[in-house]
Amino acid sequence: MADEPIIKVHDLHKWYGNFHVLKGINMEVKRREVIVIFGPSGSGKSTFIRTINRLEEHQRGEILVDGIELSHDVRNIEQVRMETGMVFQQFNLFPHLTVMQNIVLAPIQVRKWEKKKAEEIAMQLLERVGIPDQAHKFPGQLSGGQQQRVAIARALAMQPKIMLFDEPTSALDPEMIKEVLDAMVELAKSGMTMLVVTHEMGFARAVADRMFFFDQGQIVESGTPEEIFKAPKEERTKLFLSQILSH
Amino acid sequence: MTEMNSVLPPLSERSNVLRWIRKNLFGSVLDSILTIIGVLIAYWVIKGFLTWALTTARWEVISANLRLILIGQYPLEQAARLWIGVAFLIFLGGNSIGIWARESRFSVALLLSPAILALLPFSSGPRTWLIVLSVTGLVGWWLGRSRPEVLRRSVIIGWVISLPIIILLTHGFTPVDSGGVLAIVKTNLWGGLLLTFLLTVVGILFSFPIGVLLALGRRSELPIIRLASVMYIELVRGVPLITILFMAQLMLPLFLPQGVTIDRVLRAMVGIVLFSAAYLAENVRGGLQAIPKGQFEAAHALGLGKAQTMIYIVLPQALRLVIPILVGQFIAVFKDTALVAIVGLLDLLGIAKTVLAQPKFLGLQREVYVFISLIYWVLSYGMSYLSQRLEERLGVGK
Ligand SMILES: Nc1ncnc2c1ncn2[C@@H]1O[C@H](COP(=O)(O)OP(=O)(O)O)[C@@H](O)[C@H]1O
Ligand SMILES: [Mg+2]
Repeated sequence: MADEPIIKVHDLHKWYGNFHVLKGINMEVKRREVIVIFGPSGSGKSTFIRTINRLEEHQRGEILVDGIELSHDVRNIEQVRMETGMVFQQFNLFPHLTVMQNIVLAPIQVRKWEKKKAEEIAMQLLERVGIPDQAHKFPGQLSGGQQQRVAIARALAMQPKIMLFDEPTSALDPEMIKEVLDAMVELAKSGMTMLVVTHEMGFARAVADRMFFFDQGQIVESGTPEEIFKAPKEERTKLFLSQILSH
Repeated sequence: MTEMNSVLPPLSERSNVLRWIRKNLFGSVLDSILTIIGVLIAYWVIKGFLTWALTTARWEVISANLRLILIGQYPLEQAARLWIGVAFLIFLGGNSIGIWARESRFSVALLLSPAILALLPFSSGPRTWLIVLSVTGLVGWWLGRSRPEVLRRSVIIGWVISLPIIILLTHGFTPVDSGGVLAIVKTNLWGGLLLTFLLTVVGILFSFPIGVLLALGRRSELPIIRLASVMYIELVRGVPLITILFMAQLMLPLFLPQGVTIDRVLRAMVGIVLFSAAYLAENVRGGLQAIPKGQFEAAHALGLGKAQTMIYIVLPQALRLVIPILVGQFIAVFKDTALVAIVGLLDLLGIAKTVLAQPKFLGLQREVYVFISLIYWVLSYGMSYLSQRLEERLGVGK
């Protein structure tokens, strides 16, 4: 049971109209694994990660999250969303709510927690990501790095089993990237199952268990960071890595 | 805000009046000519108006008919009920100012305005009531200020039940002859500012939720609901309010079972609500469209359902965005209620015609229309001012 994959994706296809975005993706993720997904812009990384909590619908193949199959069944979708947290490139905090309200909204409305319990847990999470003193500010009053850490705390407040990250540091100024990556590294070390779309290869080296290289809607190559960085098998992977590592 | 005010510009830039005038009004030859022409026109208009207002105008038409203008044919011996209603509103207003706008001196000064009006030559009855109004307002303000935490809830409840209370007070519920308290006053006796006020408040309060629902309906995933909303909105927006009012008066009875009649005032209210809701829906839709997709996605990713996402995430942001437009529309509703005069109701405008029909006051259109315009203006401007304050507090457009 413990070794049973928590995410199973089998022969996943998706089209936007006539455009074939995902062309037969297969992936299995075990509990506590940290997966890094990378690849050129437009290769379908975001689309793929968003099919896992059904922000995007797929047309063929199957996705099982913790044994729940994603289909048109609304109850299944709700359940999967309760078990997955997501962090976006653009933070997507709710600007009309304070940091605290951003975090407790879903636990209170979806998990039906008492306000007091939700706020206690929210405070613990804010401490964990290093910004307990910002609880009563509005998102607009925070720096990008702080906002993204709030977004992480907000996702964690639902106590998800899986965390999805879609380029969480791409919209940040360079000096703020580290504070967000630190929070993510800590989360990875705590045993969270994570799917991370990122080009931060330092992060991948430090905590990734496996890496997947996406190109044109397909997984071109996958392996441990060791394998990918030291001996990539495919030309395209080599070329792409040399491009992003030269920066 | 206060900080900004206390920072004065450097001495060299502190413009004295003369320099300001020279720079802004006489900056060039063209500017100077325009300024002079403008001043001449203003002088001519204002002089003409003041000469008339202070010498020839016969303002006694207003003082003699003040009661008609304010409450129409509403029986004078029942007027205390209306005063109590107004006192209730002012109490709530004072309370709210005490709780939410403690620093606003202007708002407190507003509470004194009834007492200032009492300086005008009223008879002792209204004068006493005006003073009572100010006192109630100030007591409410003081209570709100000293116990904000305790009162917050009850004030909100107070506002929620205020409309039913006002309507109950105005309409009454015991049959006229029974001699009980709150005898029924038929709506055909309601008039003047009272009627305009009730039409406006009912129009705004009921069209708001209907408008929001229509706006949501227009974005619904169910084609039938979407189609019905679009058809309703476009149908109503395609006809003038006056035709809707006529239809409400003449056609509504056709749809009702025989023997059931609806009051004429109620019919007008229904017409105004239905009309205003369609426009409101379009304004709210504009706000909804401005909410980025990422907000929906973040909410869904957290497990919030469609309804929860709307209620907690999208609507609050969308409505905040359109506050200025909504207030504009509310002011329009207020002014549009004047059209009920055409279908024979005696609102402010309708009552003006009644006043002018009295042989004693023939030909005094100017006095009467200037006065009711003043009432419309003061109240419209008041709404607009309050909304600006509200926008500042909510940080709209920040
Ligand atoms: N809503 C959409 N409609 C049509 N095409 C889309 C949509 N979203 C993404 N695409 C296209 O799908 C491809 C994959 O996009 P995406 O998953 O965002 O790539 P990545 O995250 O790897 O940069 C791109 O070519 C993009 O233009
Ligand atoms: Mg992307």
